[in-house]
Amino acid sequence: MSGGIGERLEGKRICIVAGSGGVGKTTASAALALGLAAAGQRVAVVTIDPARRLADALGLEELGNEPRMVDPAALTAHGIEMRGELWAMMLDPKATFDGLIAKLAPDARTRDDVLGNRIYAQLSSAIAGSQEFSAVAKLYELDRDGAYDAIVLDTPPSRNALDFLDAPDRLTDFFEGRALKLFLVPPGIAARVMGAGTGVVFGILKKLTGVNLLDDVSVLFRAMGGLIDGFRERAAAVKALLTDPATTFLIVASPEREPVAEAIFFRQKLREARMPFGGLIVNRVALLGDDEHADPVAIRAALRTELGDALAAKVAEGAEDLQRLAARNAAAIERLKTALDEPDPIIVPRLDGEVQDIDGLLVLYRYLAGETPG
Amino acid sequence: MSDLLERRLLVVTGKGGAGKTTVAAALGLVAARAGKRTIVAEVARRGDVTSVFDRADSQPFEEVPLAPNLFHISIDPQDALEEYLRDQLPSGAVAQVLIRSRIFAMVAAATPGMRELLTVGKLWELAQLDRRTPGADAYDLVVVDAPATGHGVAVLSAPRTFAAAAGGGPVARQGKIIDAMLSDPEQIAVLAVAKAEELAVTETGVLRASLRERMGLPLERVVANMLDPDRFSPREATRLQSHAAHPAVARALRGHRRALRQRAQLARLRKLTGQAPAHLPLHPGGPDLERLADELAGQL
Repeated sequence: MSGGIGERLEGKRICIVAGSGGVGKTTASAALALGLAAAGQRVAVVTIDPARRLADALGLEELGNEPRMVDPAALTAHGIEMRGELWAMMLDPKATFDGLIAKLAPDARTRDDVLGNRIYAQLSSAIAGSQEFSAVAKLYELDRDGAYDAIVLDTPPSRNALDFLDAPDRLTDFFEGRALKLFLVPPGIAARVMGAGTGVVFGILKKLTGVNLLDDVSVLFRAMGGLIDGFRERAAAVKALLTDPATTFLIVASPEREPVAEAIFFRQKLREARMPFGGLIVNRVALLGDDEHADPVAIRAALRTELGDALAAKVAEGAEDLQRLAARNAAAIERLKTALDEPDPIIVPRLDGEVQDIDGLLVLYRYLAGETPG
Repeated sequence: MSDLLERRLLVVTGKGGAGKTTVAAALGLVAARAGKRTIVAEVARRGDVTSVFDRADSQPFEEVPLAPNLFHISIDPQDALEEYLRDQLPSGAVAQVLIRSRIFAMVAAATPGMRELLTVGKLWELAQLDRRTPGADAYDLVVVDAPATGHGVAVLSAPRTFAAAAGGGPVARQGKIIDAMLSDPEQIAVLAVAKAEELAVTETGVLRASLRERMGLPLERVVANMLDPDRFSPREATRLQSHAAHPAVARALRGHRRALRQRAQLARLRKLTGQAPAHLPLHPGGPDLERLADELAGQL
């Protein structure tokens, strides 16, 4: 196998790991970061929602929203020669968004008006892509700190890859929208500027949703007016980071229908947005191994005398299932290769047991690096 | 099974990658075969269910026939909003003003639980015997291909959240009506799909707790999906051990250990949810919907 992950990431400072839910993005991100750190880099991995045991293994039990160094002793205990440093954090999207508001607010009062607003919390999670935006905003902060040689970002489990790539644009658009400006002037003037339609809109909204909510919305948007310039600037910087030559996207898929469709879709969107694609990882692949011993009929015949026919038949039945599964997985990989224009994806076989500790991450990293673990 | 199919709404949720969409489609097929006029409603933007049935993506908000007695719809909050406004407002012109209004779109996005409320409002509408959609026929059953675990409960509790947050007005009033249906175990059942893996099992336990806490609903049924067959008895496994040098036997033993790990997770699942989950096997050649429906029908 050529082109292990290290080679693909050469010269890259930021690696964004994308793919649909349940394909192993979080473990792949953690394994990748661990491998890069072992090789001598100072690496931060930002995960969104790691499994409990993996979080424990990385010492992520505390939600600090800042990276913490994984105890090197905990890693060397697993036989890892740590030449660099591994830092890990669990992203708290709300705290990140709040932090951004606090940073951009011109004064304490504006900050408190926004953060204390009854519907702010709702808004910050209701706008499509705000969680994704938080993730990239955090990435931007970490990158600007300059404390890390490499940052690996595990992306939020979006239903739609667009939420991720479009997030900066969409939020800027939202903040800059005419609608928002309307809230920044007294309603009377707004109504005159916009014509009678606005009055109708306000009137019906009041009737439908209740007055209180509308007041809250109005107060919030007026307070947010002071943040627009800072926000626009930040969103532009975040967007620039996504297209930076030192940034790359890795797509993770498992050889199933939905993840394959999602991977193809995401690759397409990357192309359209002119964002860099660093490679494809196909995870949890059923592999046949040695073809010579894969034929069910031959297996049954070969094992009949030693195991008896009934047991030999069962072994053959299992081999037949595996053959079918492996053929289906291989077809999915072929489809991915063509659609993603990626002739040599990194293939990770189905492992024995779930990856949820340091040892599991090590095994996974060896596959990512193109080694075949013994 | 008969009991489940008598409800109005079956909500299928689960962790990403568990095969939720496939199970929802199979469940729809079971109901349709039993003579129920059934619609599988996908709560998302993309036509996942239709691609399970090998159909080209349908237009959002269109009720598309898939098989005898079986239909599909993809619910988009924006479409739901437009339909709602047309239904609620006395004049189409006024509805148009609102639909085109950016300020309205923004307030709708900013209003607590509004997107979820609109989605769930459409589910409610589909489940009514007397449909509000002009000229639409009633369904016996609505199977919901719901968002992944955490968000699934948020969608169900949206009407209640909204009714509590809004000061008053028709939306809050309607929220209460919808909530009455969504929290009535005679009309709704929630099912979770899970692989027999540690994380998925843990999440199913969390789902059960939050469903009870936020909706007062039981987790009606758990479907353990993509199970490897448990081929060998302990005695057979021991026998295989002594021939482990043969590559085919070694592979069989690995498969056996995989199956054993899954059985251990199934036991955890049973303990965490207080019920024996339905079992669906992994189809090595790819999920076969007709077969899944057969397998499911006997167990629910």
